[in-house]
Amino acid sequence: MSTTLLAVQTLNGMQLGILLFLIAAGLTLVFGVMDFINLAHGVQYMLGAYLAVAAYKLTGSFWLALPLALLAALACGLLLEFLVFRHLYDRDHLDQVLATFGVILFLNEAVKVIWGAAPLSVPVPELLNGSIRLFENFNYPVYRVALLGTGLGVAALLYVLVTRTRVGMLVRAGASNAPMVAALGVNIRRLFMIVFGFGAMLAGFAGIMAAPILSVEPGMGDNLLILAFVVIVIGGIGSIRGAFLSALLIGLVDTLGRSFATDIARMLLPPSAANDVGPAIASMLIYILMAGVLFFRPSGLFPVRTA
Amino acid sequence: MTGTAFLFRNRIVPILLFALLALVPAYAAFTDDRFILLFVTRILVLAIAAVSLDFILGIGAMVSFGHAAYLGLGAYAVGILADSDIWAAWISFPVAILISGLFALVTGAISLRTRGVYFIMITLAFGQMAYFTATSLSAYGGDDGLTLWSRSEFFDTGLFSDDTSFYYLVFGVLLAVTLLLKQIAGSRFGRVLKGAKQSEARLHAIGIDPYRYRLAAYVIAGMIAGLAGALMANQSEFVSPAYMSWQRSGEILVMVILGGLGSLHGAILGAVAYLSMEEVLSGYTEHWRLIFGPLLILVVLYGKGGLLGLIKGGDKS
Repeated sequence: MSTTLLAVQTLNGMQLGILLFLIAAGLTLVFGVMDFINLAHGVQYMLGAYLAVAAYKLTGSFWLALPLALLAALACGLLLEFLVFRHLYDRDHLDQVLATFGVILFLNEAVKVIWGAAPLSVPVPELLNGSIRLFENFNYPVYRVALLGTGLGVAALLYVLVTRTRVGMLVRAGASNAPMVAALGVNIRRLFMIVFGFGAMLAGFAGIMAAPILSVEPGMGDNLLILAFVVIVIGGIGSIRGAFLSALLIGLVDTLGRSFATDIARMLLPPSAANDVGPAIASMLIYILMAGVLFFRPSGLFPVRTA
Repeated sequence: MTGTAFLFRNRIVPILLFALLALVPAYAAFTDDRFILLFVTRILVLAIAAVSLDFILGIGAMVSFGHAAYLGLGAYAVGILADSDIWAAWISFPVAILISGLFALVTGAISLRTRGVYFIMITLAFGQMAYFTATSLSAYGGDDGLTLWSRSEFFDTGLFSDDTSFYYLVFGVLLAVTLLLKQIAGSRFGRVLKGAKQSEARLHAIGIDPYRYRLAAYVIAGMIAGLAGALMANQSEFVSPAYMSWQRSGEILVMVILGGLGSLHGAILGAVAYLSMEEVLSGYTEHWRLIFGPLLILVVLYGKGGLLGLIKGGDKS
């Protein structure tokens, strides 16, 4: 294992972490504030990627496609809220699971009907094409660096929004005790809608950003949804800070584990056994991490204090 | 709740359900349709797993998102023993049940420290660990799985190899499991579980620690799901890590919620409805999910308590 490989994989891990954070931020807020399990959050990420493809085909420019797809993702999120989710807020968690599972089935199939089952992609924009030399013998694609920077920027913006604005204050209050916030005269339904639309837009944004580097295909959100749940559970439900730190942690552990687990296993085991065990351990790492965290801290690393 | 609706939902529906299921082989023989027999066998195997999940979910409020792990453990027990030329069901089935029970005991003891969605996720974690372990078993096919060359043997009878007798075997197991779990749910043990669902603090106050009851229920459910897994290996004559994937766990969970929680026969109804709707709709169009997805949403929006709740005369209280 060389230092260059380690550096590349660390950056790749952070990049996965940033994508995960964009998805997990909405998920943890929707869950924390509305006590709503939204399994359909992963398909909103997928929808963002598909909308980016469609908007790119329409405009031929990534920079026009980005705001267009973002607005469309927001509109789709609000439409889903209006049609389905709104009627589920005061229902049992398991009802929410079943209904949002139905939404996943429907949307995964709908994109297949509209755009076909074959993977699609959006070309990397001209401006961000190419790679930069970070240090000697080590080039890294500009787009991926830009993605990292944008993600960190969004995280910072979100932090300011949640900790320094009035809406953010209401969101935090809602995460610790929603009925009390409603009793104090805040229109909680409208707050829910804002949080929901914002979360959907963030997930869509992650999808748009991922479209030039990952293949856009039906079901692409399903595995990320599970990872995003792992992130919010480790971070503590309702906590943006927890989601950010644990998203980076999960991204790094998963990416580095996949690159180095087999090598590490070789030091301890005969090569043939190591080749079997390495990849399995690498895939398991984040789940072992989650089980470990929950064993010692049953409410995650940064639990939101609730009444 | 009106008396007749209660009677209908909790007596007549299960009797009708089992009566219809018992007639399936006769129907298959009459219409000379082998497919329907094999298809319903598969439904019943998954129904056993669904009933065991409903036992901990509907009665004990433990939402396990890793229940497919037990299906896989049971199936792999049969598959690995068959690979070393041990075909006797009286060896492989107890092994399958025992291993599943052990796995449930260890993972349950850890998982039950957590609550709510944290419990959902930690059971998912253990399920995924089992899944990835199975993919690394390269001696037993790794990712691709393991084909069994024949079904298990029960002394010199054709219990497993004949399709009709295998159907009745699975049917009998489902009936026995449902009756057994209903018995347990009605006992003192079951009442403690239901009590823990309502208020743990009150149970503690009268001197009962629900942890051990929950763990025991979790182990029972795991063993039954392991038994279902052993049957599933025989039904499909194939074992693969896909049996333990989180998608499969989610599918069983959806079956249970779709049917209606806590009645046990609701889980059977859910498994039958889920799998046959999938089969029927996919016969009409390859995009059957476009219809099936909204149907699930409608069941939630218009029926409280799943399909059982939709049955007319349901309580509105």
